[in-house]
Amino acid sequence: MHADANRNGPLLMRLGVLLLFTPVVLWLVGLIILPHIELAYLSLRVRLAPRVYEPSFAQYRMFIEEPLYLQTFLRTAVISIVSTALTLVVCFPVAWTIAKIARNRVRSLMFLLCLIPFWVSETVRALGWTILLRESGVLPALLVSLGISDKPPELLYHDATIVLGLVYTSMLFMVVPLISALDSLDDSLIEAAYDLGGNSANILRCIVIPHAAPGIVAGCIVVFMLTLGNYLTPTLLGGKSSQWFTEQIYSQFITRFNWEQGSAFGFLLLGLSTLIVYLGLRLSGQKFTDVMART
Amino acid sequence: MPSSRSNETPTQHADLQVSGVSKRFGNFEAVRDLSFTVQRGSFFSILGPSGCGKTTLLRMIAGFSAPDSGDIVIGGRSMHGVGPNRRPVNMVFQHLALFPMMNVGENVAYGLQQRGVAVSEVKRRVGDMLERVGLAGAEHKGVDQLSGGQKQRVAIARSLVLEPTLLLLDEPLGALDLKLREHMKIELKQLQAAFGTTFVYITHDQSEALVLSDRVAVMNHGVFEQVGSPQDLYYQPLTPFVASFVGNNNGFTGSVESTDGACAMVRSAEGLVLQARMHTPLSPGAQAQLFVRPEAMLLLEAGQALPDPRWTVYEAQVESLLFDGANSAVLVRESHSRSALRIALPQTGQYAGLQVGQSLRFGFDPQNAVCFGA
Repeated sequence: MHADANRNGPLLMRLGVLLLFTPVVLWLVGLIILPHIELAYLSLRVRLAPRVYEPSFAQYRMFIEEPLYLQTFLRTAVISIVSTALTLVVCFPVAWTIAKIARNRVRSLMFLLCLIPFWVSETVRALGWTILLRESGVLPALLVSLGISDKPPELLYHDATIVLGLVYTSMLFMVVPLISALDSLDDSLIEAAYDLGGNSANILRCIVIPHAAPGIVAGCIVVFMLTLGNYLTPTLLGGKSSQWFTEQIYSQFITRFNWEQGSAFGFLLLGLSTLIVYLGLRLSGQKFTDVMART
Repeated sequence: MPSSRSNETPTQHADLQVSGVSKRFGNFEAVRDLSFTVQRGSFFSILGPSGCGKTTLLRMIAGFSAPDSGDIVIGGRSMHGVGPNRRPVNMVFQHLALFPMMNVGENVAYGLQQRGVAVSEVKRRVGDMLERVGLAGAEHKGVDQLSGGQKQRVAIARSLVLEPTLLLLDEPLGALDLKLREHMKIELKQLQAAFGTTFVYITHDQSEALVLSDRVAVMNHGVFEQVGSPQDLYYQPLTPFVASFVGNNNGFTGSVESTDGACAMVRSAEGLVLQARMHTPLSPGAQAQLFVRPEAMLLLEAGQALPDPRWTVYEAQVESLLFDGANSAVLVRESHSRSALRIALPQTGQYAGLQVGQSLRFGFDPQNAVCFGA
């Protein structure tokens, strides 16, 4: 019996592992690797005439030569970084309160409050902001009635509005890894630092942040990727002037039927997010594997 | 301040004075109107079962929580409204709480850096301190590379490098295994003697308290039952709680049959009649609690008599043998009342051949037993 199990064990185990990995492999190959090969192929050719193509770097050259594209690209990167940083600043106190101050029911309730907005689709949430911020909306009317402004200001279609929407959309993805990172911080470490003469700012810098660093970086990576690749929120809240890079990709594919250019942009975006994540990891001195274990 | 101290000579060299301190959590009174002083340079332990309020008391001394009433004076200065980072007090935490994100040197340097001590001075003092605790040159080791005992020494070094008036220790040996705990007990006592800093140590382990301390306070339900030297607590317990909590003891409840001077004859609930010195005068018929130490029992060889013919001789059968080297004991059942008793065996190994079921005779000096009114 025992010997049997031993003999069949490795085989059964291998079969089990194979079965477990099949969906992952199918998903990786079918939805990620194959489309990217196709995109790479598309991005490296140029259309000479209907159904006549030639290998070329023309799509990438266009990106560099057309200032609008390059500008949009950099703008998207900068706004994404700013949004990520702001999300961290906004979420840290929230996560701290949930992880360290709130107890039991209050804690669950607060976490639920962070989660509730995500029961509503992103479209509806973004439209909610439009109702609040548009010229004839709630907030401008309030500003007028309080005498702060003479006529209702247009609060939509600003860069700040885009940042606001992106921060709001990303909050949960920052709060969750932060809570888990802060939760694992032993309270007695904070008390010990306080006991040894540390003040709040110093304890935050020397004890809390080094401990929570993998969680902070994990949250930032997730939020940054979501923000950079977001389409809906910048489009709805930024309007025509939003100039978000995913919009460029969308218009190349859908409006202009220029799949070659769209593919090249897709690759550039992938390269950008990879580069910035890499730089972020290098700057914070974190290892990718440690960080991913926290997400 | 000096005028109020001049007429209190005994507290002149007190590093810690606690007066009338109380703390409630909702309906639960964790600490009740507690007052005591700790002399400079002494090792003071607070011994009590979990939930007795000792941790609450320690956290109030450290400044992590404020007393509802009363005052805590450390080194002659009232600590009212002074935060834990500004008190001349440092604490060694239960699980030590070494900073895992820092190496040994950085851990020890942390407090000095907070005080703004110059970099070269910090380096020198950290080196000196590590040398004094026997960890010379360990500055660059990671906290995870240390053994349990070394970690404890780092935790103590981290606090003592700040030269606190008072070092608080919150059951730092609780998490260690027995062998290491025995070793660390000795090490702690030697460190305290070497530094001369006043230690306030809380523990639920009576052996730690007895071995380490100059004075021990036994705490129960938020008050001190007794404060005294380890010898006092062991030989002169003032309350039934102290008698049963400190060391092993045979405890009986019963009623006083008769009294003779300072001695009472008590009949236990099981019907065993025992003689003991009275802690407070009791009259016949009163309820009493009686305690006899296992080592107060004298085992008798065949034909041997007790030194004093007025002492009672009991007969018993051995129920189980508890061999533990020099701390060996037997559990016996007295022949008439069937009461269970614990008797310590002489360290000479004289009774090493005892068997379960064997009969034996024993007695004790009533002066070595104590009874309290119940």
